[in-house]
Amino acid sequence: MDNQNVIVVENLTKKFGDFTAVNNITFKVKQGEIFGFLGANGAGKTTAMKMLIGISSPTSGNAKVAGFDVYKNAEDIKKNIGYMSQKFALYDDLTVKENITFYGGIYGLSRQRIKDKRNQLVEELGLQNLINELVSSLPLGWKQKLAFSVALLHDPKIIFLDEPTGGVDPITRRQFWEMIYKTANKGTTVFVTTHYMDEAEYCDRVSIMVDGKIEALDTPKKLKELFKVGSMNDVFLKLARG
Amino acid sequence: MSISIQHISKSFKDVVALNDISFNVKEGELFGLIGPDGAGKTTLFRVLTTLLIADKGKATVADFDVLNDYKSIRNSVGYMPGKFSLYQDLTVEENLAFFATIFGTTIEENYDLIEDIYIQIEPFKTRRAGKLSGGMKQKLALCCALIHKPKVLFLDEPTTGVDPVSRKEFWEMLKRLQQKGITILVSTPYMDEAALCDRIALIQDGKILEIDSPQNIVNHFPKKLYNVSANKMYELIESLKKYEHQYSVYPFGEFVHYADKRDVFNPQDLQEYLEANNLNDVKIEITNPTIEDTFMELAK
Repeated sequence: MDNQNVIVVENLTKKFGDFTAVNNITFKVKQGEIFGFLGANGAGKTTAMKMLIGISSPTSGNAKVAGFDVYKNAEDIKKNIGYMSQKFALYDDLTVKENITFYGGIYGLSRQRIKDKRNQLVEELGLQNLINELVSSLPLGWKQKLAFSVALLHDPKIIFLDEPTGGVDPITRRQFWEMIYKTANKGTTVFVTTHYMDEAEYCDRVSIMVDGKIEALDTPKKLKELFKVGSMNDVFLKLARG
Repeated sequence: MSISIQHISKSFKDVVALNDISFNVKEGELFGLIGPDGAGKTTLFRVLTTLLIADKGKATVADFDVLNDYKSIRNSVGYMPGKFSLYQDLTVEENLAFFATIFGTTIEENYDLIEDIYIQIEPFKTRRAGKLSGGMKQKLALCCALIHKPKVLFLDEPTTGVDPVSRKEFWEMLKRLQQKGITILVSTPYMDEAALCDRIALIQDGKILEIDSPQNIVNHFPKKLYNVSANKMYELIESLKKYEHQYSVYPFGEFVHYADKRDVFNPQDLQEYLEANNLNDVKIEITNPTIEDTFMELAK
């Protein structure tokens, strides 16, 4: 890793046939940073994220994630990152306990370590009474908080969050962000996508993708100054509308 | 009344999805049902569109009873469910023609109603619906829900997961439809969209928290609200939560929204407390509450 940059992306490109989904993007993310990865639907965010988490091979360009090369060491990347998406994160027909044990196993933790982690996590989230409940019976907000904690079971260097708070009630959404702050405070890098522009303001730095390219990248404060507007929502509207 | 709901309740086993819901929607009104996932929004839509029978209560849509006149309701309403509901392996054009035929009409007959939405997806009319982008799918679904010229339009979370640009365009389309005399009941988890409705109902856990115009709802916030900012966000939130006089502390973009328990609150006291907690660049300014502040206050 060069200094403290845990994600280093240079001229990364992904083409599907003659369609360029990700077009020559370059950026770095520091350790412990909360990095907001924004863009309109279809701008290329998901494609870019798939390359960074080692499940899609780039067409050209370079990227290192947690010190590992996306071409050569994709498996090492997977061991050193956590990933959580809005659409899929936990098994609905397993209990809270079973989900934690299952993911602990997937990440290769020892039985003792899984047990310790499980106890710690259940206490932190106040899930003591729900440990043997099916995940399907939990409210969405609880599920998302649990999924976030499960994605951190193996103490990854970076956690990727793909629209983690979609549809979640406003109070739980804020509790979720407090978990993000806490995680980043401990030195874990948080790479997050969201459609809530107030959440973009919570990030240390934000990039905005438009048609496969990164059109803006800076702190929310500087982006607002640059575009002479009062909110990230207006920055987004200005950029994405062209 | 375009929609009248009286004491509607619905449970699934021991989960109470709707708990004694009552409200009316006037003709030509753009009415928002605002609440998070699991609040009961979809269940209420399904009751009103006659796809689900309530355990208790009465409801009418376009003056038809949801139980006795369900066939008339189905002919008079358009329904765009939350999950994309079109036929993925039919093209844009085929989907639209299919829905028109089902309702015994043609695309030409009501084309004026969908024209300004349809022209945006017309270049892709031979593309299969499954291959459209999120924003285009949403526009096609809206066209299909409108093709029989409904009196009442039900839109269940049309903008969830949609980026801010497409969301803004979608709401502009709704405003134009409203001007054509269509009553619209729309649900959303995005509190900022509430301000665009004539009236809104805030809903959580199957109960209505409040019904009023967006402005009146905001006016009902019981406390003075302050924007607080400092150099370190996480430490700021932690310190405010530990402050003994805090009434509520919620991060809001670059600020924290803070309300104080005391009747007489001097921001200088808080300023000193935060500075004593090693925070710098502390700023405290009075601000106006939003719908989201009110929602969190009511949902507490």
